Amino acid sequence: MSVSLPVDQPADYIEAAPLVVQPVTMRTDSNVRSYWRKVWYVAMKDLRIEVRAKEILGVMATFSVLSVIIFGMAFDLRVPRSAMIAPGVLWGVLLFTGVLGLNRSFSAELDRGTLLALLLVPVDRSAIYLGKMIANVLFMVVVIGLLLPVMLFIFDVNLFHPWVLLALFLGIFGYVSVGTLFAALTASIRARESMLPILLLPVLAPLFMAGLTITGAMIDGRTFSSIQNWLGMLVAFDLIFFTAAIMVFDLIWEDI
Amino acid sequence: MSSGTLASTPIRTQRRHSGGGGWLALSLLTALAMAVFMWASLFHAKDAVNLAGVEQLAQRIFYIHMGAIMGALVAFLMALIGSVIYLLTRNLDWDRVTQASIEVGIILGISLTLAGSIWGKPTWNTYWTWDPRLTTTTFTLLIYIAYLLFRNGIDNRYTRARFSSIYALFAFLSVPLTYYSARWFRSIHPVVFNGQNADAQGSFSVGASMTQTLWMATISFCLLFSTLMILRWRQLRLEDRVALLREELES
Repeated sequence: MSVSLPVDQPADYIEAAPLVVQPVTMRTDSNVRSYWRKVWYVAMKDLRIEVRAKEILGVMATFSVLSVIIFGMAFDLRVPRSAMIAPGVLWGVLLFTGVLGLNRSFSAELDRGTLLALLLVPVDRSAIYLGKMIANVLFMVVVIGLLLPVMLFIFDVNLFHPWVLLALFLGIFGYVSVGTLFAALTASIRARESMLPILLLPVLAPLFMAGLTITGAMIDGRTFSSIQNWLGMLVAFDLIFFTAAIMVFDLIWEDI
Repeated sequence: MSSGTLASTPIRTQRRHSGGGGWLALSLLTALAMAVFMWASLFHAKDAVNLAGVEQLAQRIFYIHMGAIMGALVAFLMALIGSVIYLLTRNLDWDRVTQASIEVGIILGISLTLAGSIWGKPTWNTYWTWDPRLTTTTFTLLIYIAYLLFRNGIDNRYTRARFSSIYALFAFLSVPLTYYSARWFRSIHPVVFNGQNADAQGSFSVGASMTQTLWMATISFCLLFSTLMILRWRQLRLEDRVALLREELES
C-alpha cells in the first residue's frame, strides 16, 4: 500500500491551476458583422428547433394561462376589484413561466448531446450566450403577447399601455440575461430543473418590485414622473447583469 | 502570484504543526467576549429614556440584533472576497472560505431576523413588515441558502468551486439594487445611522453606555464569526484531504 500524496501537503496546491488572469475580451475576430452573424445563427438554430419540435413555447404558454386562471380563481371571491391584483399576477406568472423556458435552453442541448458540438463551434462563447439570450427573449415576448389578452379577458384590465410594455420588455431583458447564465450553470448539475428557480428568483427581486410598481401605477392612471425611478432601476439592473453575465460566461465551460 | 501560492505552502503547513492551538485560543477569546457583551447589553447599557414598559425591555434586543447584523455583514463581505479571489487564483482554500463564511452568515442572518421579529412585535405590533431592511435581509438569506443548495448538486470539486463562486459574485450584485427597490417600495424601520425617517416607529437616541455596548456587540460578533468561520474552514479542508486520500487508496 502506498500513498503517494505527502500527508502534510494540502492537495489543492498540487492540482490547482497556476494563476492566469485572462483579460476579458470579446473575440470578434476584428469583424463585428461576422460576430453578429454568428450570434444570429445560434439564435436561429434555437428558434428553428422550437418551430419544428415545439418543446418550449407550448409548455410556457399553457403554463402561463393556467396560472392566470388559478390566480383568478384564488382571488375571485376575496378581492373586490381584479385590477388590484393584476400587476402581481402578471409579474408573478411571468417570473414562474420564464423558468420553464430557461430550463430547457441548455439542458435540451445536453439531452440531445449537442452541447459539446455547440461549444466546439469556432466562435467566442459570448456569441453563444447572446444567441441563446435572443432566442429566450423572443420566447418570453411571445408568451407575454398571449398573456396580456388573456388577462384582458379574465381580469378585465387593459395592460396594453406603452410604459407597461416598455417595463415588460426591460424586465424580460434583465430576466433573460441573468436566466441564460444561470441556465448554463445549472444545466449539468443534479436536480437542475428545480434548482434554477431557487437560484434565479431571489436575484430578480429588484426587477419584480419595479415591474409591480410600474404596472400598478399605470393601472391607477398615475403620471410618468411616479415611475421614472423604477424605469431607471430596470435599466440599471439590465446593464449591470448583462455586462456581468458576458464577462463571466467564458468561465463556465473551461474544463470541457 | 502562482509562485507566491507555492511559497506560502510550507509556511502554512508549518503553522498548523507548531501553532495548532491558535484556534483554541481564538475560541476562548470569543467565548469571553460574548460573555462580556451579554453582561453589557443586559446591565451596563442604560435604559432608553423615551421608551417604557415592554418596549423598554424589548429594546435590549437591539444589541444582539445589531451585533448579528455586523457579523452577517462581515460574513457576506468575506464570502464576496473569497469568491473573487477563488476565480482569480483557483486556490480551493478560498472557495472553502466562501462556503464557511456563507454558512456562518446564514446562521447570523437567521438570528438577526428572529431577534428583530421578537423586538418588532411589542414595538411595531407586528412580527413582519415589508420594510427595505427586512426585505433585503430576506432576499439575501434566500440567495445564500440557494448557494448552499446549488453547491450540493455538483460533484466535481473544481466545477463546484467555480460555479458557486460565479453565483456568489453574481447574486451579491443584486443586493444593493434590492435594497433601493425595497426602500422605494415602503418603509417604517428606524434608521439608526446617518439618516432620517419621519415615519419611523420605535426609534430612540443612543447614549454613551449604549454606544459602548454597541461596540462590544460589534467586536464580539465579529470574533464569533471569525472563530466559527475558521473552525468550519479547517473542517472543510480536512474533509477534502480525507476524501482525497480515500480516492488515492481506492485507485
